[in-house]
Order: sequence, then C-alpha cells, then structure tokens
Amino acid sequence: MPPLFNKDEVGRIKKEIEYWEKELVPQWLKRLPERMSEFTTLSGIPVKRIYTPADLEDFDYMEKLGLPGAYPYTRGIHATMYRARLWTMRMFSGFGGPEETNARLKFLIKHGETGLSLAFDYPTLIGIDPDDPLAEGEVGIVGVSVPTLKDMEIIFDGIDMSTVTTNMTINPPAPVLLSFYVATAEKQGVPYTKIGGTTQNDPLKEFIAQKSYVFPPEPAVKVAMDLIEWSVKNLPKWNPISISGYHIREAGSTAVQELAFTIADGIEYVRQLINRGLDVDEFAPRLSFFFDAHINFFEEIAKFRAARRMWAKIMKEWFGAKKPRSMWMRFHTQTAGVSLTAQQPFNNIVRTAIEALAAVLGGTQSLHTNSFDEPFRVPSEFAAKIALRTQQIIAYETGVADTIDPLAGSYYVEWLTDEIEERAWRYIERIERMGGMLEAVKKGFPQREITEASYQFQKDVEEGRKFIVGVNIFVEEEEEEVRNVPLLEFDQEEIEARQKKRIKEIRSNRNKQRWERALNELRKAAERGENIMPYVLEAAKAYATLGEIMSTLKEVYGVYVEPPIY
Amino acid sequence: MSSPQSTKAVETLLAPTKRPIKVLVAKIGIDGHDRGAKVIARALKDAGFEVVYTGIRQTPRQVAIAAVQEDVDVIGVSILSGAHMHHIKKLMEELKELNADDIPVVVGGTIPIPDIEPLKKLGVREVFLPGTSLRKIVEIVRTLAREKREKEKLI
Repeated sequence: MPPLFNKDEVGRIKKEIEYWEKELVPQWLKRLPERMSEFTTLSGIPVKRIYTPADLEDFDYMEKLGLPGAYPYTRGIHATMYRARLWTMRMFSGFGGPEETNARLKFLIKHGETGLSLAFDYPTLIGIDPDDPLAEGEVGIVGVSVPTLKDMEIIFDGIDMSTVTTNMTINPPAPVLLSFYVATAEKQGVPYTKIGGTTQNDPLKEFIAQKSYVFPPEPAVKVAMDLIEWSVKNLPKWNPISISGYHIREAGSTAVQELAFTIADGIEYVRQLINRGLDVDEFAPRLSFFFDAHINFFEEIAKFRAARRMWAKIMKEWFGAKKPRSMWMRFHTQTAGVSLTAQQPFNNIVRTAIEALAAVLGGTQSLHTNSFDEPFRVPSEFAAKIALRTQQIIAYETGVADTIDPLAGSYYVEWLTDEIEERAWRYIERIERMGGMLEAVKKGFPQREITEASYQFQKDVEEGRKFIVGVNIFVEEEEEEVRNVPLLEFDQEEIEARQKKRIKEIRSNRNKQRWERALNELRKAAERGENIMPYVLEAAKAYATLGEIMSTLKEVYGVYVEPPIY
Repeated sequence: MSSPQSTKAVETLLAPTKRPIKVLVAKIGIDGHDRGAKVIARALKDAGFEVVYTGIRQTPRQVAIAAVQEDVDVIGVSILSGAHMHHIKKLMEELKELNADDIPVVVGGTIPIPDIEPLKKLGVREVFLPGTSLRKIVEIVRTLAREKREKEKLI
C-alpha cells in the first residue's frame, strides 16, 4: 500500500521545517523562551514542538487505521460506534449493607444509568466473612458487604435481572460472587441466556497492582480460568473477565506500562485457555478489558487506539482467531482516581470531565466517571450525580459522539499512537522472553517497574517538572471549600453489626447436610484439579458463606504472602 | 518545630551513636493500596532514614509489636480503606499496652477532613492527606524523631 503522503510533498515539508527551526523558531525563543526545557507526556514520552506529515512519512492508512468495525479496529470496534448506541454509563456503586446498595442502584436506574456496577467492601474483596477478626471495622465501607446468597437476593430485590447488566469488581472470590448472582437470577426466573454482566476476575493484576490476592499466582490463574471456561459454556451473555489496566495505572504505572502489562496479561490468559483445549473463537469474543483515563489528554486517546490495534493483531496473527469478535478489544474505562486531589476538591469535576472526554474520543464501550469527593470517601449521591451528568453532557451536548474517531489523522495523535504501541511492544517482548506474564509476575518484574515509575512521578511533582493545580501550583493555604464538601454519612458500626447478625442467622437456619456435602464436594473437586465452578455454585445455593467457600479453597491452594519490597 | 539551637543540641547528643532515624511504614487493615506507602518509604530512605516496611494487611497488634521490636523512632501508617478510626484507636491501645506510646504515630491516606481532629485526639501527631509533599513528610518525621530522642535523653 502506498503511504498516505506522497514523497515529494513530505520532502517539501521537511525543507520548510528545517528553515522554520533555523530561522523562525530561534527569533521567537529569544523573545519568549518556552515554558519548559523539555515537554513530556505523563509516561515521559518527549513531545515535540510540532507534528507534521514528516512524522508520518510511511504512514499506510489501511494498514494502520482501516475503518471502524474492520481490522485492525484502530478507529473503533463497531462500524457505527456512538452514532448508533452511546457507550454504557456504568457507575461503580455500593456501600454499607445490601439494603443500602439496593436503594442506591434503584436511585441510579431512576437517573438514567444504563448498566449496574457493584463495588464490594474489603472483606468481600479478599473473601472473608464480616465476623472474621480481620474484617473488623472494614465491613461496608468501600463497597457493599456480600458474604452470602441472601445478601445478593436483597441487593436485587425489585430489580429485574433480565433487563440489567451488572459489573462485579471482584477477583479471587469471583466464582463465589458469580454463583450468588446466578443463583439469585435463577430465583427470579431469569434463564442463563439472559444473565448479563461482567466479573473482573483478573488474577495477574492483583499481584501486579491491586493487591487483593488470596491464592498464590498459579492456582489464582487456574481458578479464574475455571470461571471463564464455565461461563463461556453456560452464560452466553456474561463477560467472564475484565483484563484490567486500571489498577496497574492507579498503582503508579505509565500509560505505556498500563497498556503493555494489560495486553501481556491477556496473552497469558488466552494461552491458558487454549491449553485447556478451548477453541480461540469460542472464548475470545467474551474477553473484555478495563483501562484508566488519566489526565494527559492526547496520550490517553492514543493509548486506547493503540490498544485496539495491538489486540486485533495478537488475536489474528499470534492465535489465529477467525471471528472478528475475537479480535475486538472491548473495554470499560474509569477516569483516574489518582488524579483527584484532596486540595480544592471541586476542581476534580473538571479533571473527571476531561478524562471522560478522552475515554469517549478513545472509543470506550462503557465508562465510569469518578465523583469529586472520592479523595475522602466513597461518593455522596450529590457527587455521584454530577459525575453521571458529566457523561450525559459529553454524550448529548458536545457533539463529540456524532462522528467516529474524530482525532484520527491528527499528526500528533497518529504519531503518539504509533509511539505508544512501539514502546508497549518492547515491554511485551521482554515479558515474552521471561516466559509470559505469569512468570514475569512471579519474578516481580511488573511490580518493580511500577514502583519505580510511581516514585519517579512523585519526584517530578515534588521538583516541579509536573504540575497538579492546588497541590504544587496555585496552592491555597486556607481552603474553606474543603470543609464544605458534603460527605456520605452512614453508620458503619450498625452495618457491621447487622451483617454479623445476618450471617449468624444464615449459618443456623441452613440445611446442614446439603451445606456440608457441598463444601466437601468442592474440596475434592479442587484437589482433583477439576473446574470448581459447578461446586461453588452448589455451595452458594446451599448458603455456604463466602468465607467458608474461600477457606475450603485456601486449604487446597494455599495463601499468597507478598515480600514487602519498596 | 524546634529552634535551631535545640536542634543542634540534639545533634550533639546523638553524635556518639550516629544512629539514623528509624521509621516503620505500616499498612494496617485489608486494603491493598500500597503505592503511597511505598513512595513514602522510598522518600524516607532517600532522606537517609532507616525504613522498615511491613507490607499490606497488618493488624494494629502486629504493627505495634514490629515498632517495639525494631525500636523505631516514628510509626507511619497508611490506610485507604476508610477504616482508619477503628484501626488507629486499636493501634494506640496496643502501643500503650506494650508501653510504647511514646513512639509518635503519623497517618496518611484517604482521610475525611472531619476525622483529622478525632485522630489527633487519639494521639496521632500528624495526618497527611493525598497531595502532601514528600519534603513536608520527611521534615515532620525528622522533627518527631528528634523530639522523641531528646525526651529519651532527658529521662
């Protein structure tokens, strides 16, 4: 294919640039020096004064971009994108007990939210019951406490599970929470074919960044693959995994590392599933991704575009996928929690709007916008509503959703997309040489890279190479407004007591025989190396608690302890 | 802040041992957000302090015991789970029980403003909100460590 720009024209532009740099620019610099000696993206990629066709000399349009809905999907996975259907506005929510979360979900549905997303509390995230000593003081704070099937039934009371899709941000205990969900839907009479949603179920990033691991890396990956295999065969509408860069980024990685490590995680999972004898086109269409939208606007857009192109190539060329859907990188995006500041917190509304815009211009399938009060606590209803309205303003007022991938062809955006892709490939090659991401994680490679990058960023802020308004520039000493932020108030102690009481009642009222048999069968299945999903589902239905099911599995798989390296 | 003179006096007192300031950086509770703790551990180390990092998912008791065993000058606790009131109250009780409540405690994380005063009432010396500069943290830790050592010399 011929390059986009003809050689003579590029030559002419290059000559012009040469003159411009020698003659024009120095005159201006003399009069007015530039603000920084070097401009870089948040990932540290140097940014030039100007980009022109000379930076895209061999740019082959069809090879690099193509058309939306067609390989390599750089411009979007659907041919009509947001002109047909806007992204799903999916606000992560949940706090307190199941009753509070039920009320919050109904509130969000009433205000036009189109997809549900459950945040769990820390005890649930690491698979312990509310009456476990480690759970003390933590029940219901950062999300909802869901230790039994009964709790899930309460969360969805009065919500028709055949009409909503639900994202569950849950990892090691994902098989348990999915079982609670499926069993609740069954009780509502919803057939398996109509159960839709996502389990995050991404074990590798737990070791890399999120740190809510339970089992050691190998069994952790095994359990996650069990869920995927079972889901692919039983729940045609379920996304069994959300391969997540979000936490990697929030832990301090660069955009390039976020992209590279997430794709390397994806490669590891695809290999694992193929090794189980699954056909790539059977499961690949169900894989979904999750990225961060940080504040460096163009870098984020370029990252999303590069991600789609890289994944399509990997699926087609490395794994021989045939179905277009197998090559689609479908992803959810969340604006950057780490970009929010406790100082002058109302500024966070603006940050979130800019990040959300980047996600939309990057072609995301669904989006969560953070609330401005999140440096302090989980959001109040007021703050969460502004965050949702931010998405609605982008969708309905700005016109950015009316044409597909409107930044394509920007010399800078295309150059940056290529640059980020190139840098990400180099990381992926290194990880491949280590034997893939599972091995790299065991060696601590991505962990170390992130620790280094986050320290570097902090030093950049500290030494004035990067700016954060209200933190190291335009700082206000007395911040009246901070004291006026209305925070979500709830009685944590009451919720903890309520959850402890409920789990006690469940333990004494359930059918002891069925419960005991279910846990025994689960243990034996895990020891035999079988797919544990059907056994976890039966245990959930027998009202075995989250902590009981996870303890049974810990006995077989062991528990991971991270070496405390900084 | 101590006056330049008293700082100098302390330095003279410390001179024979030249033991570097030792800090315990601890994650209490079950949240896995270790970015801040690690960045701060690193910054303290770069400032010449000796740093012990506990890793995640520590109980208040474990942290109190580690502080005593390691004989640290300051304890820095990082909590981003919202359970800080509960855990810090416990930590202070544990320190008292171990007769180690002279070790100054500082706390960082996602702390709502209205919780700062109650934390200080529990005995926390300083609360660092997101966005606090590393320089400020290093300075305050240094000051607290010196104060503690000064008091020890007086006993």
